[in-house]
Amino acid sequence: MVVGKMKLTSQKRVKLVQGLGLLSWLATLGGAITFTLGCFLKTELRRRGEVMDNTDIHCVPNTLMIVGLASMGINYFAGRICQDALDAGRFPRWKTFLKPFYGCSIFFTTLMLIAVILSYIMKGSLESSLKIGLKNGIRFYKDTDTPGRCFQKQTIERLQMEFQCCGNNDYKDWFEVQWISNRYLDFSSKEVKDRIKSNVDARYLVDGVPFSCCNPRSPRPCIQYKITNNTAHYNYDHQTEELNIFIGGCREALVNYYMGLMNTIGGVVLSVFLIQSSVLASLRLLQTSMEAVAGQENLEIETEGYLLEKGVKETFMEYLDPVLKLMLLNQVTSPEATGTINADS
Amino acid sequence: AVLPVKFTKAKRDKLAQLLWVLNWVSVVTGIILFSLGVFLKVEINKRQDLMAERQLQSVPNMLIAVGLIACGINFLGGKICYDCVDTSKFLRWKLVMLPYIICTFFFTLSILVGGLMCYSLHGQLEESLTLGLHDAMRYYKDTDTPGRCFLKRTVDLMQIQFQCCGNEGHRDWFQIQWISNRYLDMSRPKGVDRLRSNVEGKYLMDGVPFSCCNVNSPRPCIQYQITNDSAHFNYDYQTEELNLWIRGCRQALLDYYTDILHSVGLTVLIIWLFELSVLMGVRYLQTALENVWRRGDPECESEGWLLETSFVATARTNFNIIKNLGKFNQINTASNGDPNIDRPSTAHYGPDKVPPKSIPIAS
Repeated sequence: MVVGKMKLTSQKRVKLVQGLGLLSWLATLGGAITFTLGCFLKTELRRRGEVMDNTDIHCVPNTLMIVGLASMGINYFAGRICQDALDAGRFPRWKTFLKPFYGCSIFFTTLMLIAVILSYIMKGSLESSLKIGLKNGIRFYKDTDTPGRCFQKQTIERLQMEFQCCGNNDYKDWFEVQWISNRYLDFSSKEVKDRIKSNVDARYLVDGVPFSCCNPRSPRPCIQYKITNNTAHYNYDHQTEELNIFIGGCREALVNYYMGLMNTIGGVVLSVFLIQSSVLASLRLLQTSMEAVAGQENLEIETEGYLLEKGVKETFMEYLDPVLKLMLLNQVTSPEATGTINADS
Repeated sequence: AVLPVKFTKAKRDKLAQLLWVLNWVSVVTGIILFSLGVFLKVEINKRQDLMAERQLQSVPNMLIAVGLIACGINFLGGKICYDCVDTSKFLRWKLVMLPYIICTFFFTLSILVGGLMCYSLHGQLEESLTLGLHDAMRYYKDTDTPGRCFLKRTVDLMQIQFQCCGNEGHRDWFQIQWISNRYLDMSRPKGVDRLRSNVEGKYLMDGVPFSCCNVNSPRPCIQYQITNDSAHFNYDYQTEELNLWIRGCRQALLDYYTDILHSVGLTVLIIWLFELSVLMGVRYLQTALENVWRRGDPECESEGWLLETSFVATARTNFNIIKNLGKFNQINTASNGDPNIDRPSTAHYGPDKVPPKSIPIAS
């Protein structure tokens, strides 16, 4: 059962070669773009690496970079094969190269598709990583004198200003942690003593947020302390005031940002995937039709090209056997197993 | 001749091909000039609210115009050089080439002027920024006045982005009222006291907006009662450096724009040198081909030069041409308006062939 049979005249073959040359060049460019996008995504993830708990999400840009490089190599060779295709003298030297070439190409092309799917699957992992990272960031905000944590304050401030967000889930997260260091608290004052006594962990909790939560678009100067106390400020209502500080949480802002980035990248990679698949299919058609011409006196005859000689499952098993053989070679072979392998090959 | 160079036929062809490629590269540099002009224009427009009205738009506009014209001129130059390889096609362009070279020479001068103008903007920029920032800070509180309602946001975002505070420093905020009256409780005694404390009835305080806060400070930001050491625990106004941004915004913006202008100016000067060298190549090609055409033999070796006579002599000739250009419709009074006065007359004047006496000149 032949898959994808097509009759190709000599003119059609020539047109196919020209089209394939152009396509393979485009696909090489696409591979380079995929690699660049992978690098860009990795850089963006590393920039905010301090508020992420783990680096699981980095598998997406890593896969993209590998696939980009492989794609450039595959399409370069596809272009070379295509150049030699019409020359009956130079084409046969590619014969032994072709089977592993197709195997590798199909593997990396499916890997491209997997990378795009991964970027959607990893959303949950990214979210939980950010949740833990931001929680720690807010907790260690005040520890500017502890080595290893002294830059948390800076990181969180810049993050909140850039992404226009406040806290982890929302701005109320700041009410639950002590974000003012003890070094700057006057323990002799009554107010400080009252606040510390008011909770179990002896923390100085305020209904205030750091200045980086302030919204520049607010028409009034920023109210960052005594936020919930309407009487502390003139003409102020905590429930209806929207523009004073950023309301949204940083976790959601960051997840949206990264998912937007990965969606765009996924779109571009999908189109590169389509171009590369068409390159491989055209190359296969060209190769099979040229093989039918080989050995004939009249090179202008019409030949038949096909995608797969046998059915899909049989071809798949054909490719899988050498791989399995390689793996089984490592094991101690029993006489029955050796006999089975010899019978199959 | 100034800087003569001998050209064989092969050398001439190579020169023509090289110039063709270089002219296309010049088209690309023309596009670069254009985009530099657009970039500069966008950067200046982005912060228009903070700059007072000055002639700052002249430089980017000039760069944009020069870039577009450069593309056109070099495209034409490429076409000319491509045709110069073939001596028959050269005849088509023969008359055009010298005017083209002269035009391109003056055009490269305008590129140079554009590049030098980038360096001259410094003074105007400083003045514009001083006035603009002063006004922006004054209208900071007027978020309910149409036309000024976005100044607060602009100033806050600028102070955050450029890590600066006030015009010269954070003390500028102590001298203006930056909290709108809508948010001041006039019934409280403290408010009334502050208003009474100055002539203009402004609510002045030793506080700054939140955008002046330094992100790198180890302690939460102190933005109100800055000069009052006792208002905050473990705080000394004189020695505290990291609390607010130290730099003034005028200096920060000036540095930023000076950097951009210097890079743009340097790029324009490099492009100018490149265009000048391409022009010199085209001049050599033109003179070499002219000499070939004069001698009549397309395969011979010819000489190319920059100027036929010395620089001074060429300048004098051109000056005379320009002087005489203005006189083409004037009558030449040297020989009483008669250009044929010295020619022997061949007319028959009657039987005795005596030429008439010349008419005495009325003095």
